[in-house]
Amino acid sequence: MTAVAKELKTKEITISMGPQHPATHGVLRVVLELDGETVVKCTPYVGYLHRGVEKLSENRTYLSALPLTDRLDYISSMSNNVGYCVAVERLFGIEPPERAKYIRTIMCEMTRISSHIIGLTTHMLDIGAMTPFLYGFRDRERLIDLFEMTCGARLTVSYARIGGVRNDVSQEFLDKLYEFTEEFPKIIQEQYETLIDENRIWLQRTKGIGIISAEDAINWGLTGPTLRGSGVPYDVRKYAPYDAYPYVEFDVPIGKNGDVYDRYKCRMEELKQSNRIIKQCIEKMPRGPIMAPDAPKFTLPPKDKVLTDMESLIHQFVLITKGPIAAPVGEIYAATEVPKGELGFYIVSDGSGRPYRMRLRAPSFVHVSVLPKLCEDALVADVIANIGTIDIVLGECDR
Amino acid sequence: MMEPKEIAGLIKDRYPTEVKDITEFRGQVSVVIKKDRLKEIMKYLFSTPELYFDYLEDLCGVDYAGKKDNRFEVVYHLYSMRHRHMIRIKAEVPEDDCNIDSVTDIWAGANWHERECFDMFGIRFNGHPDLRRILMPEDWEGYPLRKDYPLKADLGEMEWKGYKETIEIAERNKIYEIR
Repeated sequence: MTAVAKELKTKEITISMGPQHPATHGVLRVVLELDGETVVKCTPYVGYLHRGVEKLSENRTYLSALPLTDRLDYISSMSNNVGYCVAVERLFGIEPPERAKYIRTIMCEMTRISSHIIGLTTHMLDIGAMTPFLYGFRDRERLIDLFEMTCGARLTVSYARIGGVRNDVSQEFLDKLYEFTEEFPKIIQEQYETLIDENRIWLQRTKGIGIISAEDAINWGLTGPTLRGSGVPYDVRKYAPYDAYPYVEFDVPIGKNGDVYDRYKCRMEELKQSNRIIKQCIEKMPRGPIMAPDAPKFTLPPKDKVLTDMESLIHQFVLITKGPIAAPVGEIYAATEVPKGELGFYIVSDGSGRPYRMRLRAPSFVHVSVLPKLCEDALVADVIANIGTIDIVLGECDR
Repeated sequence: MMEPKEIAGLIKDRYPTEVKDITEFRGQVSVVIKKDRLKEIMKYLFSTPELYFDYLEDLCGVDYAGKKDNRFEVVYHLYSMRHRHMIRIKAEVPEDDCNIDSVTDIWAGANWHERECFDMFGIRFNGHPDLRRILMPEDWEGYPLRKDYPLKADLGEMEWKGYKETIEIAERNKIYEIR
């Protein structure tokens, strides 16, 4: 404290940031105790968007709980779908066919790109860069169009199914996607990296801000790019591969210092790696069925079959009136790497057609909890940078 | 890297009276323990070099009302970044003694998970630095994820008190609405 400030008789004030604030990326309320411009204490409050998804899923069948997962992290709904399906498949012991695995991997990586674009560009907007934000939404639009082409929905897709995917992708889709992957590295280079990477304002606002060491990051349970920015190469896709990840080559980008800039850089590199994975998947994708042979036991048959095939009609009728088959008794924890980090589903089955307990380990929830640590002794403006860098979606945080 | 069965065996050897049961399902092993010496066991898992569970993946509660003798279970999913192995620890919490030791001083990340578990199940964590409700309003009554909490019902007396207040404020503010 300077001499002038001492004479001026200052006192700490408490201000409330949010629940509605453009920089909080949703309904997050952060109560800041300030000494001048320095944050003394930071307390995040969540729960404004709590919808009881866990409780709801426990009263629904395995299949009808799937659309709820879309609404969690609504800008990367496909990853949530896949995460849930992977968990339920492990519980039932179902192996989806190769083609479905590749399609899912493509979708997951497309989601990662679109989610990272939003995460990065809104973060840039918070710090004051408007142009990449506009560019980002334009690029994301192309991916969203591709989602729409496959499953008819743009945001809440509900595309993955237990034991496969809902419908096959068209050749037109693959062609357009390939075209996108060819252009995308140039887009990253031209529109984001040249604008941001060595931008003086960006460097000053991000370098050395919100530092978290590797040990702390692990101890706090951080995952995803937020953890990898601190230099820990933990990635569920590498450590416990699911779907088509064992068949493709990619690197896990890591940072060094664990500050906001390194996390930004990590996400930027991940865009390129995702692009690489999509390209490989399109090239390697085999032909064949998209649903596991034993999955239809509890998944509704496709609509066109219901209208033409008697057996499918009976099957659908039985599923709707009687409910699906019983699950094996046991419990499973399955983790997948969604754009934000590790999404874990812990499902306890008591042998009925509904999950007895479904627990969601949401990465955003864990990431918000580390906010007080990041904001210790930072300036108010750095709080904005820190909220952006942990890349949260409050729908997932509150569930 | 160690097989989960091996890790469960190690815990069983060291704490033979504490471990109640070891089950395996689809390659994942759960160790059911009594809650009294939970912190000691967790410290052992965290600090032993060949185990080194440095990352608490998840912590949650499960309500087994009417299904098991002890109503609640607190489930810990532990993972080791160095050795890449995982184990599931389940600590039993009876309804009439609804508290368990907090593990926040071993894994800082347990803080919010424990708060959520308290919020949803009413399990108290001894030694937690800041045990408040997290997802529900602070004056909420009842614990939503318990099995006897209704999913959809006329709550009557159980209704949240703040609800009426909020509606009243909204009614009062109607005069400011732009028509």
